[in-house]
Amino acid sequence: MDASAAREPIHLVVNGRARDLAVEPYALLLDVLRDDLDLKGAKRSCDSQVCGACTVLVDGLAVSACTYLAVEADGRSILTVEGLAEGESLHPVQRAFVDAGAVQCGFCTPGMLLTTRALLDENPAPTREDVLHYLRGSLCRCTGYRKIVEAILAAARARGQASAPARVE
Amino acid sequence: MLRPFVLHRPRTAEEACALLARLGEDAAPYAGGTELLLLMKLGLLRPRHLVDVKRVAGFDDIADGVRLSIGAGVTHRTVERSAAVQARCPLMASVARHVGNVRVRNVGTVGGNLAFADPHSDLATLFLALDASVELVSPRGRRELTLAEFVRGPWETARAADELLTSVRLTPWPASTAAAFVKFGVHERPTLGIAVALRLDGSGTGRARVVDARIAIGCVNPCPARAPGAEARLSGVALAELEDVAGEAAALAAASADTADDLYGSADYKREMVAVFVRRALRAAAARARGVAPVAGFPHTIVA
Repeated sequence: MDASAAREPIHLVVNGRARDLAVEPYALLLDVLRDDLDLKGAKRSCDSQVCGACTVLVDGLAVSACTYLAVEADGRSILTVEGLAEGESLHPVQRAFVDAGAVQCGFCTPGMLLTTRALLDENPAPTREDVLHYLRGSLCRCTGYRKIVEAILAAARARGQASAPARVE
Repeated sequence: MLRPFVLHRPRTAEEACALLARLGEDAAPYAGGTELLLLMKLGLLRPRHLVDVKRVAGFDDIADGVRLSIGAGVTHRTVERSAAVQARCPLMASVARHVGNVRVRNVGTVGGNLAFADPHSDLATLFLALDASVELVSPRGRRELTLAEFVRGPWETARAADELLTSVRLTPWPASTAAAFVKFGVHERPTLGIAVALRLDGSGTGRARVVDARIAIGCVNPCPARAPGAEARLSGVALAELEDVAGEAAALAAASADTADDLYGSADYKREMVAVFVRRALRAAAARARGVAPVAGFPHTIVA
């Protein structure tokens, strides 16, 4: 095709690392992450913003990478599940999912973890209703959600304790 | 995968309209992409040019004057969290909180939602009940249409190919207005959405009366519609008697609804549900007027 084939330079930060890429205007962020950057954590599943398996954070906001043009990420910071842990040390949200047994087949887990991260950054002390509201559109076909919700509430409690000032008796 | 297209990023409405005028049917306005990109992936829409309107000056503004004006490029998330919207039209903030899911709300825009005219749009139903209008701009100038004039049918609006939806505007009703939006559905998009707004006279809550009522029915019909018979029935009714009249008003609303068969249910089923949910929406609005937070109380039901 004519001018549409022209690649556009984009500069973004992915999991803390600056990246300079050239992408077609019609490239989807999910394909750029998975194919160009070899970050396979975000999954293509429903391909229509319904299931949450491709969730990544763009400047802290959860988006469906399957329906987000890569050029929109220019100048922004992307967090994928690969960027959650610090080295060998799991992120507290990951720790809480492991402890609660909130993972079965694992397909939805990257999206669930990032959705949880966005929720807790926005609302450090969510109620169960807040969690259910935020998880709408994040589908899991194994766990029945109960343990996921428990894990999220536990992660919030752990975070609250970690950030609370030390009590002096 | 998306078919190749050229992406244009105009900075002014004039520039955007000129592009739309020049490119005609080959172009589509693009903002959050939550509707457009899905249909493009399916090959149902194949524009060779996208005109990104997100950088158009003023498109992401919320202006709080005599009227409340929401720029077409404002996301659902921004509406939900806007102090101005929460103060002047809390129902709008609450409905925005329940659009789609959090990822859709983070990128999807008010203008995109309305311009797409999906029959399952919550916003069109809400704005119809709130007497909102939309502003359109084109090389021929600006014009303002009511929601009823703008939404013509499923996925069909009065917007000309070279016109740009710039904002939605409404005059907020007084703080004493009792309002609720109730929706129901087991799928991603709701099966049914009911908006009610009851303007109450100034006397204390114990003696308040409905002086003006708005009921809009959405999702079940080709495009959202008011229920004038039900609205008339509610006019003058004392808040204390609303429960008694709600069933009758709901039956009138159901009788007037132009329900359609689709994958979400049969026309008959939807008509029954309109009666049920108009009653519930009135009950929720009445509860709010008494200072009680309404609860959904039924599965797959959201009270905004």
